[in-house]
Amino acid sequence: MPQTTKMITSRFDQPDSFTLSGYERTGGYRALRKALAMEPAAVIEEVKAATLLGRGGAGFPCGTKWGFLPPTVFPRYLVVNGDESEPGTYKDRLLMELDPHQLIEGVLICSWAIKAKQAFLYCRGEMALAQERLAQALNDAYAAGYIGKNIMGTGWDLDVVLHWGAGAYIVGEETALIESLEGNRGMPRLKPPFFPASKGLYMQPTVVNNVETLANLPWIVNNGASAFTAIGDPKAPGTRMFALSGHVNRPGVYEVDFGTTTFREMFEDPSLGGGIRNGGKVKAFIPGGASAPWFFEEHLDMALHPGPVGAAGSMLGSGAIVVFDETTDMVKAAWRIVKFFAKESCGKCSPCREGTNWLEKIYRRILDGHGRPEDIDLLMDVADNISPGLAWPPRQTTICPLGPSAASPIMSSVRRFRHEYEAYVNRGGGAT
Amino acid sequence: MARLNALNVERAKELIGHYPRPKSATIPLCHLAQEQDGFVTQEAMTHVAELVGCTPAEVYGTASFYEMFKFQSVGKYLVGVCTNISCMILGGDELLEHAEKKLGVRTGSTTSDGLFTLEEMECLAACTEAPCLQVNYRYRERVTHDQFDQLVDELRAGKHTNEIPAHGTVARVRQSIPSDRRASKDVF
Amino acid sequence: MSGEAVGAEAPKKTTLTVTVDGRAFEANPGELLIAAAERQGTYVPRFCWHPRMREVGMCRMCLIEVDGPRGPALLPACMLPVTEGMIVHTKSDTVKKAQDGVLEFLLINHPLDCPVCDKGGECPLQDQTLTFGPGETRFVEEKRHYEKPIAISELVYLDRERCILCDRCTRFSKEVAGDPLISFVSRGNLTEVNTFPEDPFSSYFSGNVVQICPVGALTAKPYRFAARPWDLDQVESTCTTCAVGCRVVMQSSGDRITRYQGVDSSAVNWGWLCDKGRFDFESTSAPDRLTHPQMRSAKGAALEKVTWYDAMSAAASALRGVSPERIGVLGGSRLTNEAAYAWAKLTKGVLRTDNVDAQMADGLSAEEWLGLPPATIDDLETASAVLVMAPDLKEQLPILFLRLRDAAVNHNVAVFELGPKATGISSIARHGLFHRPGEAAAAIRALLGAAAGTPLADHNIAGIEADALTAAGAALKAELGKGNGKFVVIFGRPNLAESAAATSEALAVLAARPETTFLPALRRSNLRGALELGLAPGVMPGRVSLADSRAWFAGRWPAMPEAKGKDTNAILHAAAHGEIDVVILLGCDPVADVPDHQVKEALAAIKTVIAVDTLPNATTPFADIVLPAAGYGEVNGTTTNLEGRVTRLAAKISAPGTARPDWMIAVELASHLGTEFGVESADQLTAEIGRTARSYLGLTVALASGDGVLMPLTQGADDDSAPAPPALLRLVPTTVTTAAPSPDAYSLRLVVSHVMYGHATMVAASASLAKLIVTTTLQLHPGEVERHALREGGLVKIVNQAGATVTLALRANPSVPRGTAFIAAGPEAAQLIENGAGVTKIRLEGAP
Ligand SMILES: Cc1cc2nc3c(=O)[nH]c(=O)nc-3n(C[C@H](O)[C@H](O)[C@H](O)COP(=O)(O)O)c2cc1C
Ligand code: SF4
Ligand code: FES
Repeated sequence: MPQTTKMITSRFDQPDSFTLSGYERTGGYRALRKALAMEPAAVIEEVKAATLLGRGGAGFPCGTKWGFLPPTVFPRYLVVNGDESEPGTYKDRLLMELDPHQLIEGVLICSWAIKAKQAFLYCRGEMALAQERLAQALNDAYAAGYIGKNIMGTGWDLDVVLHWGAGAYIVGEETALIESLEGNRGMPRLKPPFFPASKGLYMQPTVVNNVETLANLPWIVNNGASAFTAIGDPKAPGTRMFALSGHVNRPGVYEVDFGTTTFREMFEDPSLGGGIRNGGKVKAFIPGGASAPWFFEEHLDMALHPGPVGAAGSMLGSGAIVVFDETTDMVKAAWRIVKFFAKESCGKCSPCREGTNWLEKIYRRILDGHGRPEDIDLLMDVADNISPGLAWPPRQTTICPLGPSAASPIMSSVRRFRHEYEAYVNRGGGAT
Repeated sequence: MARLNALNVERAKELIGHYPRPKSATIPLCHLAQEQDGFVTQEAMTHVAELVGCTPAEVYGTASFYEMFKFQSVGKYLVGVCTNISCMILGGDELLEHAEKKLGVRTGSTTSDGLFTLEEMECLAACTEAPCLQVNYRYRERVTHDQFDQLVDELRAGKHTNEIPAHGTVARVRQSIPSDRRASKDVF
Repeated sequence: MSGEAVGAEAPKKTTLTVTVDGRAFEANPGELLIAAAERQGTYVPRFCWHPRMREVGMCRMCLIEVDGPRGPALLPACMLPVTEGMIVHTKSDTVKKAQDGVLEFLLINHPLDCPVCDKGGECPLQDQTLTFGPGETRFVEEKRHYEKPIAISELVYLDRERCILCDRCTRFSKEVAGDPLISFVSRGNLTEVNTFPEDPFSSYFSGNVVQICPVGALTAKPYRFAARPWDLDQVESTCTTCAVGCRVVMQSSGDRITRYQGVDSSAVNWGWLCDKGRFDFESTSAPDRLTHPQMRSAKGAALEKVTWYDAMSAAASALRGVSPERIGVLGGSRLTNEAAYAWAKLTKGVLRTDNVDAQMADGLSAEEWLGLPPATIDDLETASAVLVMAPDLKEQLPILFLRLRDAAVNHNVAVFELGPKATGISSIARHGLFHRPGEAAAAIRALLGAAAGTPLADHNIAGIEADALTAAGAALKAELGKGNGKFVVIFGRPNLAESAAATSEALAVLAARPETTFLPALRRSNLRGALELGLAPGVMPGRVSLADSRAWFAGRWPAMPEAKGKDTNAILHAAAHGEIDVVILLGCDPVADVPDHQVKEALAAIKTVIAVDTLPNATTPFADIVLPAAGYGEVNGTTTNLEGRVTRLAAKISAPGTARPDWMIAVELASHLGTEFGVESADQLTAEIGRTARSYLGLTVALASGDGVLMPLTQGADDDSAPAPPALLRLVPTTVTTAAPSPDAYSLRLVVSHVMYGHATMVAASASLAKLIVTTTLQLHPGEVERHALREGGLVKIVNQAGATVTLALRANPSVPRGTAFIAAGPEAAQLIENGAGVTKIRLEGAP
């Protein structure tokens, strides 16, 4: 039986979950009061002790990241990454739409801990409802004295500014997010030297955190780090929200204890995926968003834990699981993901800009029945020139991991389902 | 087709005030411009450039990076069907194809009555609710072909106007920071 | 151990060791690997990196491997600062595969039209492909297509199919030029470089993007299809379009100059050129070049072709027997140092006249400013503060503007601007103080007073609000208190419609502060050389005074003038009164350039006007004898830039017809007059300058090569000559106090200054630039337009205080302060200027 603690989705069923009154009634803003009574450094220590791993994709420990800020450089900023656009990913939108105050309280706690005076909440452009709920929540929180001048009488000031994007997946990458927030084209900066912690927004020290990451903070402050680490796996504590989509009977967003639930449980448990549709079998699945290399049957009993998943050559990424049953056309599935990266390349690096588009064109030719036998190896070699060695963790000839991400579906599908490619190439003319 | 009107200039100035540097307001101001005219006009970009202190070329460079900004008029309703992986494997492509038939236009075009523009969308963060679509960035989930037809008919009949404003308006609630509640900008 | 090593600490190591491909070498901390490796002979291929721009690391061509704790990592060499012990591999298999891959990616959408591409033969992409590239293309899909080349400005075409999106042009326009009028547009594979619709890339620096484009995506209209790189023959030289002295390579094909390219001189232009300097090469082959000597049989008769012998004899006989004070020599700023020296020797040493002036009554007294403590262009970067009280640098000395912009933007140098109107530098100046014309001295006094904490007496001084002066003064004080306290003043005549007195006086006030150094904003090419070498009244070659140098020149020159002579203004004034018999014009055009409306009358009153020039101009109708000179690109020699740097000029093509170098004309004329100079080449003259001219002692052709040499040399000048060399001019502080003319509610004070594409012979003679010449307008603050109830675009009749009138179209311009009017320098403005008056006042009358 999978362990499921409702830590950050606890209000999702409550009809007024997104209102200030609904939030306050269920314990909202208590953690803020508690945090403000602590020294900022103590808050950082608590979050470090909780081993809160970032929920945006890279899984970097949150408190450790805050600790990278150069101690004497001000002003510094918090930027909230609510750009959620990785295919398969669906959780931050829910957190913003259904519990905006929980996120705001997390923003306040983080800002206090890192001594920021201004925080920016970057919401994805296409999420109108989330923007409205956040705007309302911010207006209410300002009015109630939780944000702004002299917060709760402590003398500390913080402005939280809602900003929304205009449609560009790459802006989810933290340095591109910063560029975008500066009013520029969302093209990533090279790290190093542009690690946000030292040279971020306006070249000032900046923390970029994911929505879900920050949404955990009120709980951690309220209940303490040890209560947090008691849930889930000690190395991957707390809970995580997973969006389970594709060929399962009960697709949905599920909060489960981190590091303990297995993929099989996720897919089959009646309270979770409820089994593969039509009683079928798993052909492959993506364990952590479109960028992640695929997993197969043999990985089903692995826990949703970054350790083993990483060791097996993939990642949990942004908590996006996509299940393919046996009827799925793997060439087409790979093409669709490659097409996504080709379309979303920011265009900065030549391998990504040119390479992903070349790959997509080769796929289209194969799917249209004009594939040549050598195209299969060509796909692999072009991908190799974007992500040398086609290894995990990926190496890259690019600035950011977007380009190399296109290699994941290619190497996963070609290595496992080469025969499907060959069938296309040999069959010629027309797909499926 | 015009520069920002007086009310939007006021809003623009307030938005600019939210940021340490005016140029940060470029995207929000382009949204304002699109809200006003349905798309981002050249005059508006020039106006935005003046307001944030850069050149029109820089505003255009930024705006054209982002999918949501349109530089020609589009339909009152922008219908975007997701065909990304989770939706694709549950009928996204078929839904888009059906939409083309129902609306009588190819993807990327606008119906002759100027009411609908059909677009193929990348993942909308509703993967568990596949196949899904958005009308002016308002979600419709697990959409069947019949439901799609019904939605189009209702929009044609002038329904849903409360929930779905005309293209250009994204959020209808604006953040406003009361001047007496603004944080002071001195160092922590 | 013997000896107490007191204080002998181990010297602090200032370099670090890096190993590239097994070879260890020293590098400087902070240096990028790509540059360090190149210095020691390992070239890492690159497209986007440019040493004079911020690195973006986006082409990915420069990937190399660096050893790290988790094995070798692929990193871009262009964004990698060297660190101690860094071990780098630039030729490993992984690197080779990555670089081949990048090249293949860049080529898949690049058209293979090298044979018809302007860049063919000098294209880094083509070179890389030949050197490193994969053979057969594996790309069978269709390439990206765009509409064929689009004109992004009057001078530059963009072929988007060829573009490899390296961000060089766009970075240049934003970071270097400060004109972000081109940008990346759209995203990903659809990204293209473009302008905003209907808003062209009209930058004064647009040609640089053509030079730095690593492929043939950006091409220059004046060069398109003009030549193939392999036909080109080239030499290094120095641009003489203005006085910055940018280093160039001059390329020719079939005895015709086809292109200039900027050379990266770290002291001067960093590889950049302005469009005027880059594209006025077209004027060298202008159809109306003067090719043969010409003379008039009588005043009013037509010019007729004559032989050199006849022309020289006529010139000599016109000069023979004329008393020195009745001879005048004007111009010389276009000459080489050698020609300037030869002409100075002829006029002062043979003709014994000191009525010589290379400035067209539009400068400051050379005797005064040559003695100011000098600053260099490089000093701008390290100064604590820079004060600009000069004409618009962006319009007149474009590359000096780029260097100042770099100092302000990238080195955070505080720039203060003081002048009669806002200029191209106002956007980078921290404080702009705009005073009423004619009141610069009062403004400077108030600023320095405010910096010293003296409360200001009035609410408004010289038209500037006291608050602004107080704030600027406080800021100046604060900036000078930081760093080295170096204070550089860039000075010149910001307004030709007022007398130089106010500016001279302001300089004297500034010079009283000992740490201040000065950089003259001279406009004309070798004006500094001409003045230093004696083409100014009271000045003898070597920046020495006539009075101080008699002993020195006694054994060196045949003779010397008896007394200090007249400047341009005074010469013309005397001519108008019938007191001048012969005037020699050395490549100058007083009718167009002297800001006074009585020049024509003066010229008409002179018995013999001898013009030495390359092209006919507005003054040619007054010339009785016209001698064709070899021009830029046709003569060897040296030139001196505004900071005193001497660099080489090279001959690349032959002069048209029988045109001769100016120095040779001087030598021959001297010979006709009975004095032999005994020189047969420009190099001999360089050597003579190096022996004779105090501020150039020690100069040799070799020293002037490459980036050249700042004069005077601090050491190395040979001093065994007797008598001891004369003292260099020193500043004599002026004591005159100009009375501020009283403001007057009915009139406007006139500001006149040159603009980039205004009236200039070279621009007009360069077909591509000629199209850019702007029509002269009357420019007023929008508030004045309203006050006078005028209409923008309408014609306005302008009347000056003496009743002279000119009619011009009106333009509203917010950078012109209220109470003043701006007209670009040229014949229209000259019509209105009263050279003697402190300020020129004008009244407006509505549409005629
Ligand atoms: C191509 C790309 C897209 C990304 N998209 C997102 C995103 O939509 N949301 C997000 O939170 N992080 C995204 N990330 C990860 C961010 O760069 C960053 O690691 C994260 O926001 C840090 O927050 P965390 O430490 O709280 O996880 C993306 C990264 C890459 C390379
Ligand atoms: S890898 Fe792709 S998305 Fe990332 S910076 Fe490079 S071009 Fe842009
Ligand atoms: S030269 Fe280094 S990435 Fe282009």
